[in-house]
Amino acid sequence: MTTSYRVMPGPEHFLPPSAASMGVRLPDPGQGHIHGSIVSEEEALEEAARQFLSAKVPTIFPGPLVLWAWNDKAAKKAKAIRHLYETIKECVDSSCQQAMLIPMPDYRPKYPKINPEIEINPNHPNLTIWHNKIDACMFVGVHCHQANLSLKIIRGGTNCYTIAMCAQAGHEDAMLSVRDATADKIIRLADWVKKLKGSVTPPVKH
Amino acid sequence: MAAQASFIGQKNKKEQVYTDPWHMMNEAARTPSFFTGSEVIKEAVRRASCDIMVAYPITPQSEAAALCGELFAEGYIGDYFRGESEFAVMSQCAGAAFGGARVFTTTAGPGTMRAMENFPMWAGARLPIQMIVTCRGINSPLSIQPDTLEISYLMQTGMLVWHAETAQDFYDWILKGYMVSEEPDVHLPLALCCDGFFVTHTKDMVDLTPVDMCLPPYDPYRSPVPCMDMECPPVRMMRDPFVMKSNYISYATHASWQQEVWAAVERSRKHTIRWMDGLIDTENIDADVLVVASGTAVSQSREAIAILEEEGIKVGLVKVKTLRPWPGEEIREATKHANHIIVPEFNVAGWLAREVSATIPNNNRVHAGPHVCGGMTMPPEIIAAEIKTVLGVKAPSLAGRGG
Repeated sequence: MTTSYRVMPGPEHFLPPSAASMGVRLPDPGQGHIHGSIVSEEEALEEAARQFLSAKVPTIFPGPLVLWAWNDKAAKKAKAIRHLYETIKECVDSSCQQAMLIPMPDYRPKYPKINPEIEINPNHPNLTIWHNKIDACMFVGVHCHQANLSLKIIRGGTNCYTIAMCAQAGHEDAMLSVRDATADKIIRLADWVKKLKGSVTPPVKH
Repeated sequence: MAAQASFIGQKNKKEQVYTDPWHMMNEAARTPSFFTGSEVIKEAVRRASCDIMVAYPITPQSEAAALCGELFAEGYIGDYFRGESEFAVMSQCAGAAFGGARVFTTTAGPGTMRAMENFPMWAGARLPIQMIVTCRGINSPLSIQPDTLEISYLMQTGMLVWHAETAQDFYDWILKGYMVSEEPDVHLPLALCCDGFFVTHTKDMVDLTPVDMCLPPYDPYRSPVPCMDMECPPVRMMRDPFVMKSNYISYATHASWQQEVWAAVERSRKHTIRWMDGLIDTENIDADVLVVASGTAVSQSREAIAILEEEGIKVGLVKVKTLRPWPGEEIREATKHANHIIVPEFNVAGWLAREVSATIPNNNRVHAGPHVCGGMTMPPEIIAAEIKTVLGVKAPSLAGRGG
C-alpha cells in the first residue's frame, strides 16, 4: 500500500489517526524511517542528530526498560543514553538550547498528581512537552505499546519532533524511528551529534 | 528474537528440537497423514511449544480440547486445566498470558458468545493468545451444526481473525499464527476459525511437519506491554484516574489505546503476507464473474466453478484467508475486472458480502448469497444456480431439492 500520509510535527488535531492505519509501514532490519518514508538506518541516525542540534530543548525520555538494571544489556544501554545526553549537552549552544533528560520510570496513570516537568507519563505526555517547551524528543527503553500511545498524543497536541529509538520493530507514530536499538547504536547516534556539531543552525535566540 | 534464537537446536523434555520456524514450516520434509480436523489441531499443538491450555471441553463441535488433554498427559503441554465456563476459560487464558505463557484454547458458537467480553480485553491487553473457533450456530433454537455468524462478532474485537478452509490450512495456520501474533509490533490474540463439523469431523490428507521439531518457546520480553505488572494498565484496570475520571486526558488515552490495538492489526499485514503467502488466494480473476468466499464456502465454490466450466461459463475465485487484517487492497485489485461478484456464506447475515461491498468501487456488482445457515450444507449446485441467475441464464429451481 502506498500512502501520501506523512508523520509530521503537530498539533495534528484532536485525535490523530495511528500512522499504521494511514498506511505507514515499519522499517525492516537495517532501515529506519523519517516521516513515514523508509530510509537507511544511517540516514535516520544522521537526521536524528540534526533534530537534536537544531532544537531549543532537545530531550531524551528513557523508559523502564533502560532505567532499571534488570539485565546487563539494559545497564549498558543506560550508560549509552547518558553518554548521548552528555554529548548533546556539549554540542548545543547553551545560550539558546537546553538539553534535558526526563525519565518515564513506569506507566502508572498519575494524573493529576504527577509533576510533568520532572517526569513523563505515557497517558498524558503532552503535559511534559508543554511545561518544558520541548521541541525535539527521543523515546528509548519504553515498551512499544506505551511509546505509541505517547507518540500519537504528542503528535496530536504539540509541535514537538518525535524520535523513537526502539529495541524491537520501530514506531511509525514517531516522526523518525530506528529499530533493533542497542547500546552501540545509541553511541553511533552520539557520534553523529559530535560530527554535525557546528554544521546545524541552532534555533533563534530569544 | 535473540532469546528465541538461543533455543534453536536445543531439545525439550519430549526430545523435540526447537527449530527455526521458517525452516520447520517451509523447508522440512512433510509426512502425509489421514486425520480429522480435531486430530490435526492436536498435532499442530504438539509442535507449538504451548505453555498452557485452558479448556471447557463440553462443546460437541470439536474434540480438540479433549485431545489436547491427551497431549498434556503425554508431556507436550506445560499445564492444562478445565475452566468452569467459557467465560472462566477465556479469563484464565488472559491470566496465563499476562504471566508470560504461550496459551492455546478452543471454543465454538454459544461458548464464543458467552466469553465475548474477554476478547476485546485480550486485544487491548496485547495478549497473543491463540483461540481455535470451530464455528457453530449461536441463536435459538440451539444448533450444534456449522454456522459462521460468530465470526462477525469476533471481527470487531481487535483480534486477528483468520478463516481456514481445510484441515491443512488449520494445521499450518496454528503454527504460523503464533509466529505472526507474537511479533512485538503485533502481539495480539488470534481467532483461528473454521466451519465446525465440516472441517473438524471429516478426515482429510494433511501434510504434517516432523514430530521431532517444534516452535521455539514464546519470549515474553518482546511484549509491547510490561509482563504482569500489577501497578500499570493493562493489568491494573481500576482505581486510577486513567479509568475513573471523565476528562480530556482519560478520553484521549483510551481512544489512543484503541487506535494502537487496530494499528497492531494493520502491522500484522506484513508478517501475515510473508507467512501465509498473501492474505487471499486467487484463481482466474480475469473472469467476468468472480466468487469471493472464506472457509468451506471456498471448497463448495470450487466445485460450483467446475460445474459451470463444463457448461462453458468461466468463473474466477478469490479465497479470503484473513478477515483481520482485512485484505481490502488485494480484493479491490482482484475484483477490478469482474462485473458480477458472488459471495456465498454459511450464515444468515452475510457479513462477508457486507465487508466486500464496503471495500470495492461499484459495489452493486456484489451479489450477497447464496446463504445457508443453522447447519445446512451448501451444495455446489446452489452456488452455480445463483451465478446463472445473476447472468440471466435459465436455471432449474432448487427449492425442492431432496424431495
